[in-house]
Amino acid sequence: MVRRFLPLLLLLSFVGIAIWALTAEREEQVRSKLVGQPVPAFALEPAIEGKPGLSSADLAQSEGPRLVNIFASWCLPCKAEAPLLDALAGEGVPIDGIAVRDRPSDILAFLDEHGDPFERLGNDPRSEAMIALGASGVPETFIVDGRGVIRYHHQGPLMPADLPALRAAWEEAR
Amino acid sequence: MMRPKQQRLVLVVAALVALGGAALLALWGLESRAAYFVTPSDIVAGKVEAGVPLRLGGMVREGSLDRKPDGVTVSFEAVSGADVVEVSYTGILPDLFREGSGMVAEGRLGADGRFLADTILAKHDERYMPPPLEKAQAAGETLER
Amino acid sequence: MIAEFAHGALWLAAALCLMQLGLGVAALRGEQAISRAIRPIAAIQALLVVTAFAALIWLFWRTDLSVALVAANSHSAKPLLYKIAGAWGNHEGSMLLWLTVLTGSGALFAAFEKRLEARTMAASLAAQAAIGIGFFAFLLLSSNPFERLNPSAVEGKGLNPLLQDPGLAFHPPTLYLGYVGLSVAFSLAVGAMLTGSVGSALARAMRPWVLGSWIFLTAGILAGSYWAYYELGWGGYWFWDPVENASLMPWIAATALLHSVGVLAARNALKAWTMMLALIGFSMSMVGTFLVRSGILTSVHAFAVDPERGAFILFLLTFYIGAALLIFGWKIGHVRDSEPFEPVSREGALVANNLLLSVILALVFIGTLYPILAEAMGEQISVGPPYFNTVIGPLALILALLLFVGPKLRWRRGGPLFSPLGIAGLLLSAAMLVITFLLGWNLTILERLGLSIAPGLALASLAPLWGRNLLRTPAPITGMVVAHLGLAVLLAGMAAESGFTKERLVLARPGEQIEVGPWTMEFEGTRPVAGPNWTAVEAELRASRGSGPVLLKPQSRYFSSPPTQTSEAALATDWDGQLYAVIGQGSESEGWQLRLWWKPLVTLIWLGGFLVTLGGLIALIGRWWGEWRRRRRLAGSGYRERRAW
Repeated sequence: MVRRFLPLLLLLSFVGIAIWALTAEREEQVRSKLVGQPVPAFALEPAIEGKPGLSSADLAQSEGPRLVNIFASWCLPCKAEAPLLDALAGEGVPIDGIAVRDRPSDILAFLDEHGDPFERLGNDPRSEAMIALGASGVPETFIVDGRGVIRYHHQGPLMPADLPALRAAWEEAR
Repeated sequence: MMRPKQQRLVLVVAALVALGGAALLALWGLESRAAYFVTPSDIVAGKVEAGVPLRLGGMVREGSLDRKPDGVTVSFEAVSGADVVEVSYTGILPDLFREGSGMVAEGRLGADGRFLADTILAKHDERYMPPPLEKAQAAGETLER
Repeated sequence: MIAEFAHGALWLAAALCLMQLGLGVAALRGEQAISRAIRPIAAIQALLVVTAFAALIWLFWRTDLSVALVAANSHSAKPLLYKIAGAWGNHEGSMLLWLTVLTGSGALFAAFEKRLEARTMAASLAAQAAIGIGFFAFLLLSSNPFERLNPSAVEGKGLNPLLQDPGLAFHPPTLYLGYVGLSVAFSLAVGAMLTGSVGSALARAMRPWVLGSWIFLTAGILAGSYWAYYELGWGGYWFWDPVENASLMPWIAATALLHSVGVLAARNALKAWTMMLALIGFSMSMVGTFLVRSGILTSVHAFAVDPERGAFILFLLTFYIGAALLIFGWKIGHVRDSEPFEPVSREGALVANNLLLSVILALVFIGTLYPILAEAMGEQISVGPPYFNTVIGPLALILALLLFVGPKLRWRRGGPLFSPLGIAGLLLSAAMLVITFLLGWNLTILERLGLSIAPGLALASLAPLWGRNLLRTPAPITGMVVAHLGLAVLLAGMAAESGFTKERLVLARPGEQIEVGPWTMEFEGTRPVAGPNWTAVEAELRASRGSGPVLLKPQSRYFSSPPTQTSEAALATDWDGQLYAVIGQGSESEGWQLRLWWKPLVTLIWLGGFLVTLGGLIALIGRWWGEWRRRRRLAGSGYRERRAW
């Protein structure tokens, strides 16, 4: 009798594995191990005229936590997250930017079209700072506390659904 | 000639034996033929045996790409965290392969500690798609050769 | 308005589908009178869905950018063929296509199946409707293809350029036809188990659907394989990629079912086994769809991936297949015993065929899913060609050896094991094996055995025609012989491709000469070319080997929307193989990377695949023709077949 239901058991074990695979948190392969570590040393030239560049020293001597956003004008998801960053900047959240493999003219056009939430904006033409920070693409966003320690790392564009986690990390970093 | 009942039993037993055999064969095949996914850190930490088929995932370090004089062999450094492994590959690099981007190499670790790749897969730099855009793009793939 | 009308038609069809389920259940419980209404309901339902699908194609044709799906997947600059193919080149459209085929085949089944017992018919149609409802819900609730965009888009977002290819435009629909055909076999099995009428009549009703879907699956897999061969530019035709395996698994199950349903039809044997295979066939279609759509397996093939949709498909899969397997466990004991047979008999050979195919199916299944299982245990593993070739190659060869004797054995009690042609084939294979050694060919064991078995198998596969008048041979037998002959050709092609391929990878400057196998290729240079929505660098290669030169023009294409680069391989076919050229990176000063292959006899793979498909078609059309003539004869003699309804 059991034998007749054997195929059903096989199906259920398949479904079990599949549910696990669908729900399990799938860690990105190249995730930063730098959360909890000081920002690696880097110093970036200003990306556009009239706005200071960004260096790890700037982040280490800040009054409170700051958001660091790695983006590029050629990156589609960066456009998607731009409104949210603008809103955060409007709330008074200090945000610094790192423009990866980009041209000043393109960056200006991007900021014109999608708003400019950045206090400082470093130019990273060879992705050096991006790699030093352990980012594997654009956009990615970090929370760096006042002492220059990375407290939070978000990969991919910031979406409204990501805000609660971001705000929680922000409160903790204060 | 067997009675139908006996025959049915024989068939069921044959089916079970066949599936059991399949499972054993699969286990043997997976044991000896499947490739583990490793990072440069695993290799630096000495967790990886030379000569075993592997998949290596990591970032291509900026400025490390070097073309050999034959024009078709390249070497570059794959990094994860602070760990670095040199990768050597003969062939046409995928269109999306860039310095500073992620990549996956299939191949094996040589005795000299270099990774000898048979195939390189490049990760999209813009692979992160927010749901609304993802719907718009219908571009779900993360790997391209 | 068209979009809104089509959307309404889908809702109406869904309501009719629900009605079909209710009426089917009522008929199963003995309300015979009610069941008459099912046939027109199935027909109208199909008509509504077909109309909605036609509307979607129309919207894509016109590039109506006020429809979200069109804006997301099309582009006004796209060639017309790909605009139309874009209708099903995305998740929503492909689900609508799935439903179109599902309801369409349901309607065909309801309209033309007249010999099946009424209660079984009603139960099967109810099962078919139950499957339909799940997909209607999926389509209407979570993936409405007719959603409007407000304001409408200025320009579409294009289609993945890799998908802009005739092979791929028609690859998914072909596979869907195959998957859905298996759903009819599934419904029939469920219906027959519920009414306890598993037997020859059921097998005869099921066989055309199995055969039809098997033909589509074969053709679909071939098209996909050929697409991978020339579009991806990797020089191979099969990569054991999860997406490929997802289409291969239903094919293996359908092949096994095709053979066992023949036993059930002819000999009323293998009842439970055939029902199980009918359930497995459609299960594999659902599992394959789930694996591809949910993205739980990373694949190198481009596909729309969404875990939520994956969850929905998983839910449907669990529900339908779980229910069917419950019915199997609960009801199969009531199925009367099968007719007995001796081990050495046609039935015995077909059982061996089924067991081997089941083992192969299990091996593909395990190999495809193992990476997920390993991840659950904290390891990351990829399972690729080394595993699949090693474990499946030998079994496929044993299956080929079985073909030397199987088709010529007698039903029930076996006569002699070998037919004259079978012996001749075996001798030819043995001679070929010796020849491969004498010629000093450097081959792996599998390649050597494959090359030896293939010619003998080609000869032995003709055995069922031995002593027959070719003109009077029944079409199903001719079809079987052609398909088996195709397998021999396919085997020869695969072994030759694997054993004899010559490959060169060079950095060449214009004017340089490159030797590949017997060919000399002269690299003439590169020039820019442009298409409707791409620009490309095109290399010109002049290949010759004594006879007149052949021109190859591989391209490296750049698409603007979305920005992508693809390699267009160049192929040149000669009587004994194909030249294959790919251009990589390079510049005028440094030279260009060229990857060149000479693949002797690779054409046999496509020829063999074509013969296998053709064999299926001959058998299917032959059976239809026979049935039609039988009805004509009955009608002519004044006898009206009593309708089961």
